Amino acid sequence: MTTADAVAYAYYPGCSLHSTAAEYDASVQAVFAALEVALHELEDWTCCGASSAHVVNHTLALALPARNLALAQPAGRDLVMPCAACFNRHKTAAHTLREDPVEREKIEAAVGFTFTDSVAVRPLLDVVVNEIGLERVAARVRRPLTGLKVVDYYGCLLLRPPEITQFDDTEHPALMGKLLRTLGAEVQAWSDATECCGGGLALTRPKVAAGLVSRLAERAREAGAEAMVTSCPLCQVNLEMRQNGGKPPLPIFYFTELMGLAFGLPEATSWWKKHLIDPRNVVKGFGIGD
Amino acid sequence: MMIDTAFVNEINRLSGQQIELCYHCHKCTAGCPVAGEMFYGPDRILHLVQRGEKERLLGSDDIWLCASCETCGARCPNEINVGAVIDGLRQLALQEGSAVAAPDAVRFHRLFLALVQRLGRMHEASLLGIYLVWTRQILGYARTGASMFVKGKVPLRPHLAQDRQQLKRIFTATEEK
Amino acid sequence: MSRIGVFICHCGHNIAGTVDVAAVAERVGADEVVVFATDYKYMCSDPGQELIREMIAEHNLDGVVVAACSPAMHETTFRRTVAGAGLNPYRCESANIREQVSWVHEKDKEAATTKAAAIALSIAHKVGGNEPLEPLELSVTRRALVIGGGIAGLQAALDVADAGYPVYLVEKEGSLGGKMARLSGTYLNFDAAPALLQRTIERVERHPYIQVLTKAEVAELSGYVGNFKARVETAEAAPTNGRIPYTLEIGAVMVATGWERYDLGRLPEYGGGGLPDVVDGLTFEQMLAADTIRRPSDGRVPREVVFVQCAGSRDPEHGVPYCSKICCMVTAKQARLYRERVPEGQAYVFYIDIRSAGKGYEEFVQETIQTKEVLYLRGKVSKIFADGGQTIVWGVDTLSGRAVEIAADLVVLATPMLAADGAPALAQRLRISTDAHGFFNEAHPKLRPVETLTAGIFLAGAGQGPKDIPETIAQASGAAAKVLQLFSHETMTQSPLVATVVPELCAACGACVAACPYGARELHPVLNIATVNAALCQSCGACVVACPNKASQVHNWRPGQMLEMVDAVMEIGD
Repeated sequence: MTTADAVAYAYYPGCSLHSTAAEYDASVQAVFAALEVALHELEDWTCCGASSAHVVNHTLALALPARNLALAQPAGRDLVMPCAACFNRHKTAAHTLREDPVEREKIEAAVGFTFTDSVAVRPLLDVVVNEIGLERVAARVRRPLTGLKVVDYYGCLLLRPPEITQFDDTEHPALMGKLLRTLGAEVQAWSDATECCGGGLALTRPKVAAGLVSRLAERAREAGAEAMVTSCPLCQVNLEMRQNGGKPPLPIFYFTELMGLAFGLPEATSWWKKHLIDPRNVVKGFGIGD
Repeated sequence: MMIDTAFVNEINRLSGQQIELCYHCHKCTAGCPVAGEMFYGPDRILHLVQRGEKERLLGSDDIWLCASCETCGARCPNEINVGAVIDGLRQLALQEGSAVAAPDAVRFHRLFLALVQRLGRMHEASLLGIYLVWTRQILGYARTGASMFVKGKVPLRPHLAQDRQQLKRIFTATEEK
Repeated sequence: MSRIGVFICHCGHNIAGTVDVAAVAERVGADEVVVFATDYKYMCSDPGQELIREMIAEHNLDGVVVAACSPAMHETTFRRTVAGAGLNPYRCESANIREQVSWVHEKDKEAATTKAAAIALSIAHKVGGNEPLEPLELSVTRRALVIGGGIAGLQAALDVADAGYPVYLVEKEGSLGGKMARLSGTYLNFDAAPALLQRTIERVERHPYIQVLTKAEVAELSGYVGNFKARVETAEAAPTNGRIPYTLEIGAVMVATGWERYDLGRLPEYGGGGLPDVVDGLTFEQMLAADTIRRPSDGRVPREVVFVQCAGSRDPEHGVPYCSKICCMVTAKQARLYRERVPEGQAYVFYIDIRSAGKGYEEFVQETIQTKEVLYLRGKVSKIFADGGQTIVWGVDTLSGRAVEIAADLVVLATPMLAADGAPALAQRLRISTDAHGFFNEAHPKLRPVETLTAGIFLAGAGQGPKDIPETIAQASGAAAKVLQLFSHETMTQSPLVATVVPELCAACGACVAACPYGARELHPVLNIATVNAALCQSCGACVVACPNKASQVHNWRPGQMLEMVDAVMEIGD
């Protein structure tokens, strides 16, 4: 999957990309191969602790992602993360190691490493839009997604807290919209791009999460969208699992899936099969996935 | 009634925030997605910390309802991250072994971390399987679970990290004494 | 040999209760420069002062020391006393044996007495070396410059001009009136601001003593109090992009540069300036000034109007931690005016606190709440966004603990009053200072609110800090009063106890020029020595410390004098 390309990234998929978000991982790998950008999966990476660690133990919640930073340091490549929660936890760990000498000592001792601050932690969307660039993406588009009406949904952890994530505009983010328009899709205007879907409560408070999901789906429908596009596996699963009867049900895409669709990649068909809400109605006009 | 400086200091230390800067404008509550479900709400939680209402807070359901969406911290005019304060309260409740209002939530988080410690990466089949049986919800998820299993989204075999020893050391080293 | 008279004051029990004043008089009297020494109950009283005058005549004294309270209390009094007896006032000084002896050494009377004698004798020896100086007289150019043509500048200009002195009024924009020109009705009684303003502007424009320069800015200010030179550049009547310079000679400057609006882009969670029906207070004033209140997006009359107070103020996260003072009143006024013009409309006000501290202000707000059916909700709005043709406001009612969502037709944000954009740069040119937010610093926050620490430069209006119209006018008149004080004489006196240069010792090294914080030192280009501008000198002594040759000295504080003082202290100490 690697070709001669000067820039390569270290890749941290996160636990769910190897299970409930398998189509996200598959689409990431396929799209990056199509763009000829190398992804080197981090050797023996482990769980970042997600939502559970920081609820229980502050230092543990920083030490778990710090372990992965330690693994990434020798190669010195930017560490790319498709999962918003993993990104947020790793960025928080890096921020703390940089700014808080007391915590730093504790974390370094627990993990057994010295923080060199030589690895940049970056969300996948950031790398695609700001590094690979929309021109290159546009050049690879074979079937523009003309007429596909979607809304861009960022969720919480990509954008907040702003002083840690330092990514896009916290209240009016624009990068995903730019990417989707480059793919030819029609991005509908709506005001809920950064509203929480309740993913963190998905298993512990399913009713609360369901309420938030219904509202988001309703707003997306009102905005004229046929689907929502996300960059977070927790959001995607939660949004598809808990739409509870709203009509019509909205499939939730990972932005890399739409990239793959626009690139004309045949493997996209295998991704649609993995969704809990069948997206084939929505994508059938684009020649793939029938 | 006075401000309980000792409790405020303890929570400030745990959360890294400065609760005394709060002037109770309630902007956090206005933007909180789950405030409607909460009994107190984020702003009142800060207020109660200042009043030294430790038992009430540690025993409340509110602290387990927080979805960690970080909206409160991003919007607070005094730059207080209320979510971090709530994390601090959660951590304190567990450290002190308080009777918690949402034991299922605690079970979930402890199970999650136990799996991470043992395996290195999250194994969703174990997590969902154990948790849903434990909390007697397994029947409600039967159809979705089966569907996901058929689509290959819940692999039965867990991935075992190589350096699990290091993970064990990390957990031990960060244990709250 | 000097003939010094030393008078030890009892100050009732204040000094005499601790210090043996008779003994001090005796010990001091024994010294050879002291030809007369006595003690007396209250030196500052009429008989006490008469005593001084009599003894000057009787003993032919050529110097007087009054050992009593602090010089800050009565040195001026005693100097006037001796002047009345024909003695140069700078040959008279106070020796502080109250604040520095009796008030701080109550427990050790013997040591206190010795210390009092040491202090009194040291001052006696100092006075022996004092030059008989005359106060400096500086001319005062009795013309004023007002920077800023808003209500503050207009008022200040009128007050000075009405007293008969010429005033130059320099305004950056093409017309006078500042922000007040953009208001509709003003609280408390809804007078139309433009009409009020028009009367003032007409008076200014017709005034024989006021010259108005518009599209003009002060490019440079040099000189010192009573003797400033300002270079003003105006684009009025100049060729395109050109400027015509004027040099104005003035004695005083009043800075009235006003305030600036806050950019809605700094409030992204409230739409960031991108929502057409979310406006700031000044924009709503314009809407109120029209015949019908119409909202920007589609011109419809809004039926649900939400006012958001503290939209940016009191908000360290968004960079403005201070309270802008006027918004609670402006919002109440705007809500009232809206309700009166659109009776079927509903107005909501989201607030955190209500600050209505002026005369009649609290009653005005209460009336708005109680009788005008404006719904006041305590809670800060978290998010404002568009939904279809409406603007949704997510707030909270803290007093009932409930979240509030309002579908508004129009939202008015009470945004902060910021300092004028060019204020810090102007402050540099005038050699005054601003605070971290760009508001000019007053000389003392309590006691000197209209002066700056630069003599001759005064402040008026919102440029010094957020305030409303009545306060602005009060401050403008206050600044004008200070100017008139300055102009009340053709000359002004300055203390002669300033720095001076001993030419033979000066090597023109320039260290004193660099050391002087007041810009009072220069190297003379022809004489090649340092010179002192006595008008600017504040006698701080930095130049004395900096000078390697002791060429820089402060009058009556020469090195030789100070060594004499030390000798005297040692003498008593034995």
